[in-house]
Amino acid sequence: MGLGTVAEGDKRWWWNRNVIMVLWMMLSVGFCIGLHCHMRTESLRKAGETLTSMCEERARMLQEQFAVSVNHVHALAILVSTFHYQKNPPALDQVTFANYAARTSFERPLLNGVAYAQRVVHAERELFENQQGWMIKTMNREPSPVQDEYAPVIYSQETVSYIEALDMMSGEEDRENILRARATGKAVLTRPFRLLESNHLGVVLTFPVYLSGLPDDATAEERVKATAGYLGGAFDVESLVENLLHQLAGNQEIVVNVYDVTNASEPLTMYGVHLPDGHMSLSHVSMLDFGDPFRKHQMKCRYRKKPPVSLSSITTPSGIFVICMLVGYIGYAAWSHYDNVKEDFRKMEELKKQAEAADVAKSQFLATVSHEIRTPMNGVLGMLDMLLDTDLNLTQMDYAQTAQVCGRALISLINEVLDRAKIEAGKLEIESVPFDLRSILDDVISLFSAKSREKGIELAVYVSDRVPTILTGDPGRFRQIITNLVGNSVKFTERGHVFVQVHLAEHVKMVIDAKTGLNGHANEVNITSATTVFSTLSGLEVANSRNTCESFKMLLSHGASLSCTFGSGSVPESIADKVTLMVSVEDTGIGIPVHAQDRVFAPFMQADSSTSRNYGGTGIGLSISKCLVELMGGKMNFTSRPHVGSTFTFTAVLQKCGKSSGVDTKRSLSEVLPTCFRGMRAILVDRQPVRAAVTKYHLRRLGIITEDVRTINEALHTLSGQNGYLNSSQPGKQPSIFLIEKDSWDPKIDFHIRNQLLQRKEAGHIEDVPKVVLFLTTESDKTRAGSHADSIIVKPLRASTIATCFQQMLGMGKCQNKDIVNNSASLRGLLDGKNILVVDDNKVNLRVAAAALKKYGAKVECVESGKSALSLLQPPHKFDACFMDVQMPEMDGFEATRQIRIMESTAYKEASPDDGSVMAIRHLPILAMTADVIQATYEECVKCGMDGYVSKPFEEAQLYQAVAKFVVSQQIPGSS
Amino acid sequence: MSLMALREQLNGLVNSMFLEGLLDDQFEQLQMLQDESSPGFIAELITLFCGDSERILAELTKLLDQAVVDYQKVDAFVHQLKGSSSSVGAQHVKLACVQFRQFCEEHNKEGLKGIYFFRCLRALNVVKHEYYLLRGKFDTMLQLEQRIQAYESKQQI
Repeated sequence: MGLGTVAEGDKRWWWNRNVIMVLWMMLSVGFCIGLHCHMRTESLRKAGETLTSMCEERARMLQEQFAVSVNHVHALAILVSTFHYQKNPPALDQVTFANYAARTSFERPLLNGVAYAQRVVHAERELFENQQGWMIKTMNREPSPVQDEYAPVIYSQETVSYIEALDMMSGEEDRENILRARATGKAVLTRPFRLLESNHLGVVLTFPVYLSGLPDDATAEERVKATAGYLGGAFDVESLVENLLHQLAGNQEIVVNVYDVTNASEPLTMYGVHLPDGHMSLSHVSMLDFGDPFRKHQMKCRYRKKPPVSLSSITTPSGIFVICMLVGYIGYAAWSHYDNVKEDFRKMEELKKQAEAADVAKSQFLATVSHEIRTPMNGVLGMLDMLLDTDLNLTQMDYAQTAQVCGRALISLINEVLDRAKIEAGKLEIESVPFDLRSILDDVISLFSAKSREKGIELAVYVSDRVPTILTGDPGRFRQIITNLVGNSVKFTERGHVFVQVHLAEHVKMVIDAKTGLNGHANEVNITSATTVFSTLSGLEVANSRNTCESFKMLLSHGASLSCTFGSGSVPESIADKVTLMVSVEDTGIGIPVHAQDRVFAPFMQADSSTSRNYGGTGIGLSISKCLVELMGGKMNFTSRPHVGSTFTFTAVLQKCGKSSGVDTKRSLSEVLPTCFRGMRAILVDRQPVRAAVTKYHLRRLGIITEDVRTINEALHTLSGQNGYLNSSQPGKQPSIFLIEKDSWDPKIDFHIRNQLLQRKEAGHIEDVPKVVLFLTTESDKTRAGSHADSIIVKPLRASTIATCFQQMLGMGKCQNKDIVNNSASLRGLLDGKNILVVDDNKVNLRVAAAALKKYGAKVECVESGKSALSLLQPPHKFDACFMDVQMPEMDGFEATRQIRIMESTAYKEASPDDGSVMAIRHLPILAMTADVIQATYEECVKCGMDGYVSKPFEEAQLYQAVAKFVVSQQIPGSS
Repeated sequence: MSLMALREQLNGLVNSMFLEGLLDDQFEQLQMLQDESSPGFIAELITLFCGDSERILAELTKLLDQAVVDYQKVDAFVHQLKGSSSSVGAQHVKLACVQFRQFCEEHNKEGLKGIYFFRCLRALNVVKHEYYLLRGKFDTMLQLEQRIQAYESKQQI
């Protein structure tokens, strides 16, 4: 079962749990009842068995006793037959018989008494009566009526002497008995009846006495004939059984009934009271055989009381029930506990989710609110802008400007908060586009140039040569980080320098390793001696001793040497796609107090509250920068020493740009530096080697080879060739620029230099007087420096600034690289006399393009829309090529080209038979003119039938390439 | 004032414009294009540029004044201005246009009207500001050139 069951499922489970509990209860109740019943029946069965055995025992005893009595009567019968009939005269008389019977009565405990009745036929009645001296009487003691046969009792035991002379045949039971007994020759019994005198229930046993010995297989008739008389005895069954039962154990518990069941439907009670059937829950019937085959008897025994329910049959199930209930309860409790825990867990999950959602919501809220605040703020700022454009008096202007500055500060804060929130909400994505790191750094530097000039801080950038020109990454974010760090540094620095360096991380690591191995002491010296002029950019001490002169120099030298080793040996970075850059921003500002250093990257934390009072700002920038760096797969950390400065270092993992994107990307991304200085030489006078290295870096980008020296005199020596290692190595090439740092400059030596230079020229050491360029850090120095320098460059340095300055100074305004001169010559060759149509909706562009093409001798015609171009290009036409702007209203360049191509093909079909116009309807080369050169544009150009593209504004090299392609391809069919 | 002085002044002006970043290489190229065959090329171009720019700026101002701003039109106009400014090498104006277009793009992307309207308004102001700054310099430049040409023609006579 999953944890995430919905409420409905929960309810079902809750319901089920109770049901299961109830079922369990019912089950256990049922089981207990079943067990109870089983035990009851078991005990009943046992009771039944006991009853059976007791009953059988009684029946057997009764039967035995009865048999013994019957045997005795049989013996008596034999006695009578022997002594009464076989003796003559009979040896037996009433007295003897009574005597004998009385003395042997112990043998017949069941019989009340015995009597002998003689068979008398009617014919002999009289004789018999006479012999005996009494009349034959009936049972009712009346003289017997005439019968066929009589059976008067002649001998009787004393106990039954009252039946003497009674005719046995007159009693119904007796008569029947007599008849049956003489026919069978066996003892027969009457059905139970009330005996005379005692009035007890009893049966009469009758035994026939035959005259002579009969064979065993004699027939009934023979037996009847031979019958002499009958011996009878009355069984007092009631007292008999009573006596018997008294002798046996367990007499009290059971009730015994004896029945005569000769007539099965109507049993006759011989003994015992007949109790209602309902009471007879448990009974046993035993058959009795009293020797009379005609009569059937049975003994029925049952318990006097209902057998008591045994205690164990109650206690055992109850015990089991209790145990079951306990088990059930435990199960139930465990289950509900489990459910509770589960529910709690679910709740906690939910709360956790809520908490997380709340966190995201917080960030989103922040983002939204920031966004929403920006709307009115932009309005406020826009309006302020407009207000400032109106005529205001000075006070109003001041107020409005103040408001604008405050508003801008607020907007930038909100933007930062928004950035931060975006980062936290995970919404910020790092782009991956090609960009030129160097021009970004140049831009950032320019951004702070005003401030740094104002403060007189040296602001410099150095990018290692080993860093590729084009990298793939997120230029915007990269710029943001650098801007933030440089902004901080500039803000907190009052004197000295801010220095941005970019190296390859592997390279830096290598150098640091090497350096700590070589000269670990160098740093200590620098730090301990307070008076030392430090070998840094501005000569001031910096926080991170890693950036001292030694390591920087080593970086430079390693850069050179490593590039050699990499060339031959392992080439880790050129193969790998990724480049890890190490960027450091070093300043000589107020530093970060030690106690505040561990929370520098926490948002809204400044070193202390007074910082924000003195310098403004929110302190969110660093935390954002750190996040951004981490998003770029790098790390940011810093070293800072109060009152010395801070150095922030971060790494960033960027992708190398694929080779395929080639020159065009490079050209579109980076600021184009003029190439006309390539191969020029310059001498740089700078006391600070680090600063010199930075200057050289910028000059190198322009292709200027620079020699750096420490002092002006040294420079002069170099110039004149006395020092001469430069001249000797490359004679003929003279340094044409003389660059001097401001701290080597002095109005006094100004003249000195000029004089020296002039002297040297006259002396023939040098051909030209080199131009003198002075580097300054503040605008105000300009006046101080005087006008003897040929040109003045105010720092921060930027390759393009230097280039412009040099061009101006050297009068190279129109100079171009040789290649391009060649190009323009060949372009002229290609385009001379050609008819070219230029299509562009922008008049200015049109004019420029036309002028450029005219310069190469082409005859240019201009139109301002795709439609007019179409009308002009109806074949046959005179144009050799068409330059088409891509973005135009109504009909854009692509569409126009498509139409032109359609026109060409239809015209070709029509004109194919006559050869005269074939040349006129040839494929017209169409080149797209576009400002944004991206791959997709190029593909679309090709797709719609263009032959190539040139960027706006025209560049000769590219123009040449593009034009050369089609002119050549076109000349082949022309020449053939 | 001598011809040389005028030339010097013109050169100084152009150089200062280069230094300030108002102009870029493209202007140099244009200067190269101006030769004996087309002496008034730069002046013509500048006049053309100024006329075009002022028209576009007026259009833009009108567009942004409307209740419902058609940002696509705005973008198209800014694109034109960007094209012509890059053709004459007016770097600052071009950069301002790039910025302006970014706002327009962002507007199209994010669709939050309020914020970007004011941004665009500001961007337009920046463009105008840059343009009028340049225009002032161009005016001076044109005057100087006229004077030089006048001088030259006088000398020739």
